Amino acid sequence: MRIAVCLKRVPDTTTKIVIGSDGKSIDESGVKFVPNPYDEFALEEALKQKEAAGTGEAVVYCLGGDPAQETIRTALAMGLDRGVLLQGAPPADGLEVARALAAELQGGNYDLILFGKLAVDDYNHQVGVMVAELLGLPCVTSVAHLTIANGALEAEREIEGGLEVVTCSLPAVLTCDKGLNTPRLPSLKGIMAAKKKPLEAKPASLGSGTLSVLGLLSPPERKPGQIVGEGPDAVPVLVRLLREEAKVI
Amino acid sequence: MPTILAVMEQRDGGVRKVSHEVLAAARGLAEPLSASVDAIVCGAGAVAGSDGLGRFGADRVLTASYPDFGLYNPDGYAATIAEAARDAAVLVFAATATGRDLAPRVAARLGLGLASDVTELAVEGGKVTATRPVYAGKALLRVRLEGSPAIVSVRPNTVQPVEAPRPGTGVTFAVPAFSQRVTVQAVKAAPTAALDVAEAPIVVSGGRGLKDPKHFVLLEELAAAFGNAAVGASRAVVDAGWRDHGAQVGQTGKTVSPSLYVAVGISGAIQHLAGMRTAKTIVAINRDKDAPIFKVADYGIVGDLFEIVPRLTAEVRRLRGDA
Ligand SMILES: Cc1cc2nc3c(=O)[nH]c(=O)nc-3n(C[C@H](O)[C@H](O)[C@H](O)COP(=O)(O)OP(=O)(O)OC[C@H]3O[C@@H](n4cnc5c(N)ncnc54)[C@H](O)[C@@H]3O)c2cc1C
Ligand SMILES: Nc1ncnc2c1ncn2[C@@H]1O[C@H](COP(=O)(O)O)[C@@H](O)[C@H]1O
Repeated sequence: MRIAVCLKRVPDTTTKIVIGSDGKSIDESGVKFVPNPYDEFALEEALKQKEAAGTGEAVVYCLGGDPAQETIRTALAMGLDRGVLLQGAPPADGLEVARALAAELQGGNYDLILFGKLAVDDYNHQVGVMVAELLGLPCVTSVAHLTIANGALEAEREIEGGLEVVTCSLPAVLTCDKGLNTPRLPSLKGIMAAKKKPLEAKPASLGSGTLSVLGLLSPPERKPGQIVGEGPDAVPVLVRLLREEAKVI
Repeated sequence: MPTILAVMEQRDGGVRKVSHEVLAAARGLAEPLSASVDAIVCGAGAVAGSDGLGRFGADRVLTASYPDFGLYNPDGYAATIAEAARDAAVLVFAATATGRDLAPRVAARLGLGLASDVTELAVEGGKVTATRPVYAGKALLRVRLEGSPAIVSVRPNTVQPVEAPRPGTGVTFAVPAFSQRVTVQAVKAAPTAALDVAEAPIVVSGGRGLKDPKHFVLLEELAAAFGNAAVGASRAVVDAGWRDHGAQVGQTGKTVSPSLYVAVGISGAIQHLAGMRTAKTIVAINRDKDAPIFKVADYGIVGDLFEIVPRLTAEVRRLRGDA
């Protein structure tokens, strides 16, 4: 089984976000970066499927700046075989990211190409699907359950108030959701081995796309809230405020 | 006259409510762009409620019928919408499970960028601009869509459906040839709740403070008293197996923007806030007055949820009974 995983380097969600001096991006100083949490499900699934097949290769692709090498090493420490860094700054237009990744994945002869369902920084929810479209491959998004047998797969994805059961043949593109598996932690041995695994770096070919960034803003401060009171006796006041001031009930 | 194409969703042969929000978003752009609004519905035969879409602002209602379109058909829907959108100025989806799957397929087919999960739309200098929460809601990104059609998906509950009567003239839209690569075989209904937390106008969420899964009945009663509420949960209780993952609110769960969010026995960890900080009004009930949830709450009550929630349920019932 040949499997590719696309992995993004993102700010840790607990970091404080400060808008940069350009007013269009974040100030990265002091920001801790981590592998995109949903991509960890993709990495784990790649390892599981490769192990189940007994043979094959699992390759991780990342489009990002040079510090993303460290993110790729984390994936290699989990057990992926080799990494490819496409050097460049991801533009706001996800289609451009998808085009750069698709150009690289094309011809890789992969049975499965795995993505996270979304990147927690840009919240785009789109790159995996777009890669599938560009490559003309079947695609199932937000996969929370997966079985693969005889060159075909059955996946379950969460929809409002239910689950969709979706089938397709391989090769296929999947975007991974929580619930699919439990990502393993890199072992000490894995971390040592990762240092010697191949990591190729080359410039990404990126267009500018059709989305221009006008600005990145801090969300409007919520107007300071109030403690209505203590204990059940505060309930009537709360209900009155919800009705008369907030007008939500 | 330019057209705005609003992509409707149907389930079980009926138009979904979120589609009225999509129409309202389209309508909001129609005036500044001097455009008309077409609603498009993919289905297997007649879709209940599609004849009423004129009431919510559709100038025309395009129906694309195909035997396999009863359930979501990713490749077929994408081919159809891409075909219908060829001459449109704007294409609007809902950022739902279906919309998040479908919109990028169509955008890739049209070779254009997509602004997903937008919470605000405007027209500036003749172009559509969109505002979208990024970095787990800690920043807002403003983008301008340079391509035509401008493609956006709007986050549920961020646009109010409005009655804006238009003709809603019915038109049949021919489904183009497409190659079907994936098949939705079935939909398994969730064991609980018809209303999804991502779409409910009121969400009542519980956390570890509820102590035991059986105590969620308190929140179900409160939700029932509100009438239009769904019950959400923190990750702590989903991981503990007390609630389904479908109910989880937060960074690794759903992002919700209801008009009222009631957090009960939830501490307010940053990953939880990521999923609900765009709610219009936030209420927190927690016995720890220093819990971080109070920092984002508009109204808070400090105290024991087991005393407060039943009282709140009773008050809401009384209010709604009187109303
Ligand atoms: C990568 C990552 C992703 C995550 N994603 C999510 C996510 O999507 N969603 C999410 O929710 N979390 C997420 N988390 C977990 C998050 O960090 C918190 O651990 C979690 O939200 C805590 O859940 P809780 O508030 O229910 O529990 P706790 O933090 O234990 O809070 C329980 C609260 O209940 C109160 N309480 C107790 N008893 C009572 C009582 N009788 N009456 C009133 N109040 C009472 C306590 O004062 C306390 O504030 C994520 C974490 C990580 C690292
Ligand atoms: N710069 C990138 N490099 C590699 N993979 C990416 C990149 N951006 C997005 N992806 C992949 O696409 C998924 C969806 O991202 P997005 O559409 O940005 O929310 C992520 O979970 C990754 O798997």
